[in-house]
Amino acid sequence: MPLEIPKDKWPGSVRTITIGATPEEGGTRACTVTVGGETTMPFLHFEGEIPHRPVVAIEIRDRRPDDWSPLLLETWGEVVNDPAAWAKAAEEAGADLIQLSLSLTDGDGETTTPEAAVAAVRAVLQASGLPLMVFGPGQAAVDNQLLVAVAEATAGERLVLGIREDKNYRTIVATAMANGHLVNARTPMDVNLAKQLNILISDMGFPLDRILMDPTTAALGYGIEYGFSAMERLRLAALQGDAMTQFPMLVTPGFEAWKTKEAKVGEDVPAAWGDWLERAVHWETLTAVTLLEAGADILVLRHPESVRRVKAAIDDLMTVREVEAVA
Amino acid sequence: MALTGIQIYKLLPKTNCKDCGFPTCLAFAMKLAAKQVELSACPHISEEAKAVLAESASPPIRLVTLKADGYEVKAGNEVVLFRHEKKFYHKPGFFIRERDDASLDQIRERVAATDAYTVNYVGMDLTLDGFAVESASGDPTTFSQAISAVRAVSQRPLILMSRDPGVMAAGLQAVNGEAPLIYAADADNWEAMADLAKQHQAPLAVFADSLEGLADLTQKIKARGVEDMVLDHGARDLGTSLARNTVIRRLALKKTFRPLGYPIIAFPGDAGDAAWEAILAAHAVAKYAGFIVLDHTAPEMLYPLLVLRENIYTDPQKPIQVQPGLYEINDPSPEDPVLATTNFSITYFSVANEVEGAGLPAWLLVTDAEGMSVLTAWAAGKFDAERIAKDVRRFHVPDKVHRKRIVIPGHVAVISGELEEELPDWEVRVGPREAVDLPTYMKEALV
Ligand code: B12
Ligand code: SF4
Repeated sequence: MPLEIPKDKWPGSVRTITIGATPEEGGTRACTVTVGGETTMPFLHFEGEIPHRPVVAIEIRDRRPDDWSPLLLETWGEVVNDPAAWAKAAEEAGADLIQLSLSLTDGDGETTTPEAAVAAVRAVLQASGLPLMVFGPGQAAVDNQLLVAVAEATAGERLVLGIREDKNYRTIVATAMANGHLVNARTPMDVNLAKQLNILISDMGFPLDRILMDPTTAALGYGIEYGFSAMERLRLAALQGDAMTQFPMLVTPGFEAWKTKEAKVGEDVPAAWGDWLERAVHWETLTAVTLLEAGADILVLRHPESVRRVKAAIDDLMTVREVEAVA
Repeated sequence: MALTGIQIYKLLPKTNCKDCGFPTCLAFAMKLAAKQVELSACPHISEEAKAVLAESASPPIRLVTLKADGYEVKAGNEVVLFRHEKKFYHKPGFFIRERDDASLDQIRERVAATDAYTVNYVGMDLTLDGFAVESASGDPTTFSQAISAVRAVSQRPLILMSRDPGVMAAGLQAVNGEAPLIYAADADNWEAMADLAKQHQAPLAVFADSLEGLADLTQKIKARGVEDMVLDHGARDLGTSLARNTVIRRLALKKTFRPLGYPIIAFPGDAGDAAWEAILAAHAVAKYAGFIVLDHTAPEMLYPLLVLRENIYTDPQKPIQVQPGLYEINDPSPEDPVLATTNFSITYFSVANEVEGAGLPAWLLVTDAEGMSVLTAWAAGKFDAERIAKDVRRFHVPDKVHRKRIVIPGHVAVISGELEEELPDWEVRVGPREAVDLPTYMKEALV
C-alpha cells in the first residue's frame, strides 16, 4: 500500500538575516553568516526549505571571567586574558561567528569604560575575520553606554548588538540603525513578549532583515522545557504567517549550562553525576541539541568540545535524505 | 480519530425502536459521538458495528506496556505533536543493552551496577527502566544463559533481541511466564515471530527500513492476531529518524493511520560513539521515541538524559512544585535563621540541598509562589513582602523561632525594605544571589 507522507503547507517563513560585512559591503569581515529562511519546522526537509544551516557562536569575554567554571578556564588557557587571542582560538575551535560579552567591571573593579569596550572590540575584529556579536554586561545603563560607543566605532560592520529585553531597546536600536548593525531582541520566554518587543523595534523603523530574536533559554534541568516550548510556539507562529515572529532565533545554551552546579562544581557532588568534565560537556551539548530541535538558528556555546559535537549534529540534521530511504 | 454522529448513525440498526431511551437512532448516535452515553445502551447493535466503534474509540497511538515484577514501562497513547498543545504523557523507557557474547560474569556485573543506578533530581529518584539482551552469538543456549544472567541480578522489564525465531524461542523460554518485548519481526521472519508473540502474549517490535514496509508488516502481523507492536523504522542518523518519527506521529494523530499507530523504539547505541549516542538519545527523547536502547552507561551521560526526559515530559500547565510550608533543615533550633524561598521544585531543591549538604541548621520557609522561581514569582507578584509575611504567620514561624532573622534571596534585594515594614520585629537580611554561595554566607554573615 503506497503511503502518503503528510506535509503541512505553511503560509509563512522565517526571514533571512546576514551578519557581518565584507570589505565590499562596507565592513572588514573575511566572511558573513546567513541564517533563517526556513519554510518548515526544524529539519523537516521533506516538507519545506531550510536554506541556511544553524550556526554556532563561541562566547568570549573582554577579560578573564570571574565566575566561569574552572573547566572552561583550563580549556582555553592563557587566551582568556586577551580577547584578540581568544577570538583567534575560538575561530580555530570551529566557531562560525564570535560573541563578545563585555564585563560590567574591569580587573580592578571599576565599571568598564566605553574606551575599553571599543578597544576590546577592535582587537577582536583585527584578530579574527569572523562576524561578531557584542553583548553588554546586562545592566541597561551600562549596556547603553558601552554598546553605543562600540556601534559608532564599528559602523558598517553589521555586528549584532545584544539588547536586554524592553529596558534599553530604544538606545540600542537607534545606534544600530545609525551605524548599520543588527540587534538581538531578548525577552523572557514568552511568545507575546517576544512579539511585543519586535513590534516596538520595527515601529522605530528598524529594518526587519536586521533583527534576531532571543526568547531566552534555561539549561537542562533548570527550565529548558519552558524555552523549548516557547521556541516551538514562536516558530509555529512564524510559519503560520505572524510577521512579528518571523526572525531567526538566537539562544545561549553555553551561558545557561555553564551556570549550573552540574557544570561548575567537581567536588562533593553525588557519585551518580559521574565524571565532571564529560558531564559538563554533555550538559552544554544536550541543552544545545534540544534547542536546535526547537528551532534555534544561532547557538552560543562555551566549550570547544561542545562546539565540535553540536556542529556534527547540525551536519547530520542538514543532510537532505529521502524520508523513505535509509541513510 | 473518533467518528462523527453521522458516521456512527450509519452503523446503528436505524429502526428508531427507542430502547436506548432516545427517540431515534440518530439522536442516540449524536449523544454517542459526544461521549454522553455508553454504546451498551443500544441492545440491538451488531457485533460488527461494535468492533468498528471500539476500534474508532481506541487511541491513535497504541499504549504498549512492558511489565515485570512490579516494574512497568508504558509507551504510546500520545495525543499531540508539540508538548505545549497539551503534554507528552508516557516518558520513553531507557533500556541498557547487553550482548550475549560477553561473559556471564561481565553481564551480571554491568547489569547489577546499572540496575542500581539512581540519581536524585529535584527530590525525585530517577532510574533506568530495564535491559535489552541481544543475541550476538546466534546460539540459543548462549542467548538464554545471558538472559538468565540478567534476570539473576535485575527484575526490571526486558527486551529480547534476535531476528532468528529459534533463538528467540529459547530466549523466551528463559523467562517463561514473562512478556518481554520481542525484537524484532521483519519481512522474512514475521510469521514465526508473530506466533511467538502470541504464544507468550508479549509485545512485538517490528523492523523495516521504510515506513511503507513497516506499515505492510504491522498489518499482516495484526491480522495474525498480535495487537501490541513497537516500530523500528531503521534510521539511525538524526535527520532521517527525525523525519520518520515525525511522519509516524503525524499519520497516527492526524490521519488515524492505524498501521503506524504504535510507539517507536530507538537505538542511539548503534552509533558506537558515546558522545554521539548521547546526542541521538536526547533527540529521541525530544522527538517521539517510546523506548530508547542505550549501550553506554557512564553516569555522566545517564544523568543528563534522565533529567531531559523529566523536563520534556513535565506538564506545561503545571510546574513541578513542592508543598509550601516551614521545612526543618539539619534539625534547627529556635536560634537558627529562617531562609525564605519559593515552592518551585528546582528552586526549593537548589537551596535545600546546599544548606543540607553543608550541614548547617536552618528553617526554610517555602512560600506559596504558585510553583515559580524566585525572579519569575517576583516579576509576577507572587513573591513579594506581603506574601512572605503572610506565610510567616500562616506557617506559625514566630512560634518556632526566637531569634527573628529572615534571609531573602539576593535576587529580590529590592523587597527588603517592604518586608521590614511587614515584619517589624524581624531582622531582614539579604542573602547571596545563588544558592551555591549560601553556606559561605551563613557561616560568615549569620553568626
Ligand atoms: C523559566 C523561567 C520562566 C518560566 C517559569 C518557571 C517557573 N516555574 O518559575 C515561565 C516561562 C513561565 C516564566 C514566566 C515569566 N517570567 Co520568567 N524566567 C524563567 C527563567 C528563564 C529561569 C528561571 C528559573 O527557573 N531559574 C532557576 C531557579 C532555581 O532560580 P531561582 O528560583 O532564582 O533560585 C536561585 C536563586 O534565587 C537562589 N535562591 C533561591 N531561593 C533562595 C533563598 C535564599 C535565602 C537565598 C539566599 C538564595 C535563594 O538559589 C537558586 C539557585 O541559585 C528566568 C531567566 C533566567 N535564565 O534565569 C526568567 C525570569 C525569571 N522571568 C522573568 C519574567 C519577567 C517573567 C514574566 C513576568 C514574563 C512573562 N513571560 O510574562 C513571567 C511571569 C510568570 C507569570 N506571570 O505567570 C524575568 C524576571 C525579570 C526581573 N528581574 O524582574 C527573568 C529573570 C528573565 C529576564 N531576564 O527578564 N519565566
Ligand atoms: S436502541 Fe439502538 S436501534 Fe433502538 S433507537 Fe436506540 S440506537 Fe436505534
